[in-house]
Amino acid sequence: MKAAFEVNGESVEVDVEPRLSLADCLRDVLGLTGTHLGCEHGVCGACTVIVDGQAVRSCLTLAVQADGERITTVEGLSPEAGLSPLQAAFRKHHALQCGFCTPGMVTTAHALLSEEPDADADRVREVLSGNICRCTGYVPIVEAVLEARAAYRKMEGES
Amino acid sequence: MSAPNRLIGSALERVEDLRLLRGRGQFVADINRPDQLHAAFLRSAVAHGMLRGVDAAEALSLDGVHAVLTARDLGSPMPLLPIRLQPLPELEPFCQPMLADEKVRYVGEPVAVVIADSSAIAEDALDLIAVDIDPLPAITNRDQAEAAGTLLFPEHGSNVSMRWNAVKGDADAAFEAADYTRRETFTVQRHAALFMEPRGFVAEWDTDAEKLSVWGAAKVAFANRKILAATMGLERDQIDMIEGDVGGSFGSRGEFYPEDFLIPFAARHLGRPVKWVEDRREHLMAANHARQIECDVEIAATRDGKILALRGTNWTDNGAYIRTNGSIAPRNAAQFMSGAYDIEHIRLTSYSLTTNKTPTGTYRGPGRFEPDFVRERLIDLMAKDLGLDPLDVRRRNLVPADKMPYPLATMTPFESVTSLDSGDNHALLDRCLAEFGWDEKVALQGQCIDGRYHGVSVGCFIEGGAAGPSEDARIVLESDGSFAVYLGSAGVGQGIETIMGQIAGDALGVPFERVRVHYGSTAYVAEGFGSFHSRSTVMGGSAIVLAAEALLEKLRPIAAAALGCALDAVVFDEEGARDADGKAVAFDALSDAPVSAEARFENKKYTYSYGSLAAHVAVDPKTGQVDVLDIASTKDVGRMINPATLNGQSVGSIVQGLGGTLLEEFVYDSEGQLLTGTLADYLLPTATDFPNIRSTVLELAPSPHNPLGAKGAGEGEIIPVGGVIANAVAQALAGFGVEPMALPLSPPNVWRMLQEAIP
Repeated sequence: MKAAFEVNGESVEVDVEPRLSLADCLRDVLGLTGTHLGCEHGVCGACTVIVDGQAVRSCLTLAVQADGERITTVEGLSPEAGLSPLQAAFRKHHALQCGFCTPGMVTTAHALLSEEPDADADRVREVLSGNICRCTGYVPIVEAVLEARAAYRKMEGES
Repeated sequence: MSAPNRLIGSALERVEDLRLLRGRGQFVADINRPDQLHAAFLRSAVAHGMLRGVDAAEALSLDGVHAVLTARDLGSPMPLLPIRLQPLPELEPFCQPMLADEKVRYVGEPVAVVIADSSAIAEDALDLIAVDIDPLPAITNRDQAEAAGTLLFPEHGSNVSMRWNAVKGDADAAFEAADYTRRETFTVQRHAALFMEPRGFVAEWDTDAEKLSVWGAAKVAFANRKILAATMGLERDQIDMIEGDVGGSFGSRGEFYPEDFLIPFAARHLGRPVKWVEDRREHLMAANHARQIECDVEIAATRDGKILALRGTNWTDNGAYIRTNGSIAPRNAAQFMSGAYDIEHIRLTSYSLTTNKTPTGTYRGPGRFEPDFVRERLIDLMAKDLGLDPLDVRRRNLVPADKMPYPLATMTPFESVTSLDSGDNHALLDRCLAEFGWDEKVALQGQCIDGRYHGVSVGCFIEGGAAGPSEDARIVLESDGSFAVYLGSAGVGQGIETIMGQIAGDALGVPFERVRVHYGSTAYVAEGFGSFHSRSTVMGGSAIVLAAEALLEKLRPIAAAALGCALDAVVFDEEGARDADGKAVAFDALSDAPVSAEARFENKKYTYSYGSLAAHVAVDPKTGQVDVLDIASTKDVGRMINPATLNGQSVGSIVQGLGGTLLEEFVYDSEGQLLTGTLADYLLPTATDFPNIRSTVLELAPSPHNPLGAKGAGEGEIIPVGGVIANAVAQALAGFGVEPMALPLSPPNVWRMLQEAIP
């Protein structure tokens, strides 16, 4: 089955089995291995990607459902060199250890702050509660996301 | 060290983060080899039964299926999963076959492996395999295991696999003479490490070179290479174990599992690379479980609260087989029951029981979390019975600094003698109370505010580290003037690329940017022991210090020749070497060819970190919900390499402990079916659960046993969490007379205790 969509600003067309998940399509067909699979049943959030601005579980989405959509993965949130302000805040606050859940945290936080650059700590915790991290205890992740708000406010001001 | 240290002790941002944050980490699922096939496992759906047959004919006829391997394909005798730590011969009868053979003993036990063109086809084929099992009664609890109506290993004659003894002084005499004794039974529920990256391997057999490459190594690559060589009939140097980025271990990932053998076996069998990555449901029933224990323990004390003795019995539910490190939790639960406290008389016995559940292994703080719950509860119960302040009782009984080294109980079999090395328990307790704000918070003890009852508690713990025997490091001065460090330690997400770079930079006296650290894979050094028992920093880091010294000594004559000065006139600095007159030669000009030095740090003495943890909880009596309002911990690690990574481990460890105390539980039904087989049933802490966690890490008493003065610190604060939270809940609900004796303190369990307490 064919599906055409945009990934990180580039148009792609894939011909895949109808049962293929968007996560497997991104990883195995398109080579975008930054999207991770931690549970494949929609609980852990490691596979979160952004579909038309919304944080979406790519393990619970079929690749063919992405037809016509605009998808952003962690690779698409990364500048050519170095780190985005959100990523730099994660690094500064030591908001990752093993780094396996991190792409899902970054995509989820990006989707949140793009919509709500003034989200408070409770709101950040609420939104991140859909993503499981086993290493950090979440405290530094929340600190990082709160710090990154400034960069999103600035972007909003500029746009 | 050749220069004053600037990197050690600095909260350097991690080099790992640059790739991990950009989605450019390389985890095992990201590895692909040309022409690779994919594996899927058929696992037993029955907890206990005679395996009469496996019919794979239909599966084999499915387009894209290359093979279905069953026990008979593995040869005779069936290779067994060996015991890595404390390999007592008594435990050998309980070793797991790589594939179920004749019998299945737990739900999730591998029965067959399908190899196909894609993982989807391999999984389709699983449904086409017919497995014939005659069910046997399932042993799912201690009573059934001890009654021995059904035996998992009939030839052994008992479901008790092993007995350990911890002995010190004369416990029975102390009990006889004591003013006060109390005996209680405590239980800790089965839960697990549950690292986030699923396990996986890519294995490739090079027929011409007769070499095996295995991607997906973690934790103990060298030990696993040894096991793989033995079980596959290969020499060690025919196998390369390759470690990429590793998504957490906490003791569980990286141990040798049946899949560690079966994937390489399949790759050689078929002459093509084979890849397998587990799914989460599979993980929950296949990877090691942990913690399940019942402890019948008695405390003896004087009337004024001096603890005299502990005695009693532990029963650990080890599941269906004894795996690579399955004996660690039962033996530790006996030896570490006394924790940070001065207890002269101890007699504890641990029995490991076989049951029809997933086999168990170590999980961060193995056999430490469990007895801490027991001991800290007993201390509070004793204080209450004697009308004493539990804080005063702890102060009175902590091992004082001037009594160190302080011997713990001696273990048999596999005799082990160990001593608390150097530390100030009392100072750590006082600092913890100050950080926590104890004096204000203790005023809330037992009070009901807005419908919730408040309780506070504090507990003290020790963390063992630095298991031997050794670690190797090799440092190479490359011709461009950079230093490549090769290390036998393993990365499991703790950031060793950064901290080992800090250690190496200081040891060589060069900037961090000039050092690159390579670790984990077996090709880098002759021998390695990996990452467990809070050992990487101490053992690997110390090996780096020694290797750096050796390399500089090797460079000294080269520099002396280049500078035309005497050997002892050579001084090394950031840029290279200089002589007394200031004449200099840069590192990149010292030698056309790389210069290499290797060193081994050997250690027989464990380090101990000491700490305290205080918690403030509020309990809703209507729902049984325990809210953790605040936690503060202190820990002395002797010497900190990177305060940011260390504090990160401390906070993460506390939250993991809260998961095991309040949320996480593997539930089995009476037929041995796992009822919590998804992350929707097995509850892990999330971002909304525990917002207020604070840790303070200190450098009070450097370890006398290594050149860094560092102590193992990666497990740490998880250890006291169960006991401290349970005591805080008991304080909150003191008006109801609720005394938790079992974990988890989940809402239904707390609610039930309240219903039973309310007349």
